[in-house]
Amino acid sequence: MAILVNKDSRVVCQGITGRNGAFHSLACRDYGTNMVAGVTPGKEGQTVEGIPVFNSVSKAVRETGADVSIIFIPAGYAREPILEAVDAGIRVIVCITEGIPPLDTASALYTVRQEGRYLIGPNTPGIISPPEKCKVGIMPGYIHTPGNVGVISRSGTLTYEVVDQLTKNGVGQSTCLGLGGDPVVGLSFIDVLKMFKDDPETDLVVLIGEIGGSAEEQAAEFIRTEFNKPVAAYIAGRLAPPGKRMGHAGAIVDGGTGTADGKIKALTDAGVKVVENLTQIGSVVKTMLK
Amino acid sequence: MNLHEYQAKELLASRRVPIPNGSICYTPLEALIAARQLKIDKIVLKAQVHSGGRGKAGGVAVLTMNDDIRSRAAEILGKRLVTNQTGPQGKPVSAVLVEEVIPAEAEIYLGVVLERTGGQVTIMASPEGGMEIERLAREFPDKIFTVIVNPLRGLASYQARDLAYRLSNNNSAATEIAKIISSLYQLFLDYDCSLVEINPLVVSGDRVVALDAKVNLDDNALFRHPEMERWRDRSQEDPLELAANKDGLSYVRLDGNIGCIVNGAGLAMATLDLISLHGGSPANFLDVGGGASEQGVTDAMNILLDDDRVKAVFINIFGGILRCDVLARGVIKAFKTREVHLPVIARIEGTNIEEGRTLFSESGLPIELISSLDDAAKLVVEKAKAA
Repeated sequence: MAILVNKDSRVVCQGITGRNGAFHSLACRDYGTNMVAGVTPGKEGQTVEGIPVFNSVSKAVRETGADVSIIFIPAGYAREPILEAVDAGIRVIVCITEGIPPLDTASALYTVRQEGRYLIGPNTPGIISPPEKCKVGIMPGYIHTPGNVGVISRSGTLTYEVVDQLTKNGVGQSTCLGLGGDPVVGLSFIDVLKMFKDDPETDLVVLIGEIGGSAEEQAAEFIRTEFNKPVAAYIAGRLAPPGKRMGHAGAIVDGGTGTADGKIKALTDAGVKVVENLTQIGSVVKTMLK
Repeated sequence: MNLHEYQAKELLASRRVPIPNGSICYTPLEALIAARQLKIDKIVLKAQVHSGGRGKAGGVAVLTMNDDIRSRAAEILGKRLVTNQTGPQGKPVSAVLVEEVIPAEAEIYLGVVLERTGGQVTIMASPEGGMEIERLAREFPDKIFTVIVNPLRGLASYQARDLAYRLSNNNSAATEIAKIISSLYQLFLDYDCSLVEINPLVVSGDRVVALDAKVNLDDNALFRHPEMERWRDRSQEDPLELAANKDGLSYVRLDGNIGCIVNGAGLAMATLDLISLHGGSPANFLDVGGGASEQGVTDAMNILLDDDRVKAVFINIFGGILRCDVLARGVIKAFKTREVHLPVIARIEGTNIEEGRTLFSESGLPIELISSLDDAAKLVVEKAKAA
């Protein structure tokens, strides 16, 4: 039934009357998502091409049964919307916003975890399940195709590059999820791997990692000891100089830790097929599936 | 945003964390006067640059009143300090901190970070201070104590005390250390830091003093600390990186000669890796961003073209939000406003690809469009070698 989101998911967009919120809510709906509501305080009664706008997430949930939320609220104000979604009973919160102060994310995440909900992101392109025709994010839907490969990535456009290759190689996707480019994010590689482990529709997982932190190394240990499905990976940032933030707030080699080479080694030692040339991922995965 | 040692110390002092007596000096004469005003025999001159490893690079000098303080200060102030962190071009010394020398009986490490995996503010401390934390983690991992702080409760006094008693056998020093730990934690929160570090915190007689301090402010939170902008030191940054950041772009200088422009940080990093795999050397990392406008693309191209090390240009775009026609217009505009004689290889994919391709081919510019990313990377490497 896919992980986290599926054809029955009812999605509310927080920030729907902003330019990005409106554009992407409609794009998700065009893809097949049940975009049931939007929230902008003070604008209840308006609609965005038929999608009703409410003053609060709890009202939206009461009126429409929304259980997934996508957040397009500017970085300086994004912490409370996450809390609001949790309080309203939302199960899966996708926070697209880039630039949120990490202490704000940490604060909101503490509550998300305490309440047993899921935060995807922040600074994520979102999540998409092609077989379920459900997109909760900003990724281009047309490059995806239904299939049995799960994709977990810390990137945006790099994920699209990989997904495009998979599709062009006749390999479809079950669920593709962006963890987010920030140093502190909700779901981790391990969290999603656990879900893919129990997902009968996913037969192989592609991990797309990058420098910074130790999420890939921790994932490697989990894969080595508890994950039986085949895994392919690509790690970006071998050329990144130490101490420099490479675009993503979380992409930084800090005091020797978080290097691409370290992650590649950990994953390889765990039995993961780490692809060196980005342009070969599609064909490598195709071969692995045979 | 990184702060200088003297700025970090000022912040600590404002929270009543003891720092050495001293002052910040911008000229050799100021340094001499400051040294004399300390009225002690031994002083230390510390180069202020955004880098560790200053001592080994000749940026720290311990002197007595008989030494030629003015000349030594002139020497330090005049340099570009090259440390194991600055790269070969080094960083200019902005100022010199003149302080009393404090004999240390014990050296303690204290640090506050937001730990990534757990997402919680974490205090790290060790009685084996004075060496780099990375080395400490390697050589004495069981001497590093950590306290994870519950964000709803904050740091309790007993937590700070318990940690302090593990750091010092001297009860009165421990009481002081506990207060310092609490102050550091609060400072971290109040200024949205990514790191607050005292290494070493020294115990000297009945004094507990922060001999060196480091404070990094998280860039994502600077908008809510506008008063900290006054402490930004642009001389410590790469000028092209500064220019790019002003335009809202992410740019990092590298050592090679292939200028790269990509949309998306992960894809940008991957592009550099691909070029390197094929034997080329990128001149820069440049992420034009997912939502870039036509002008944003033009600005990015201009920054690239301002780098005279660049012998070939590589454009790799997977257009999601950024449409290929917007990209094409932005690139073409940059080229048409200046004379560009460099080979340009572009691989574009995604939204409005056909429009983008048409725009490029009709522009009359020497931009080669290659559909295979691998082939495009190989070609730009060849072109750069031939140039």
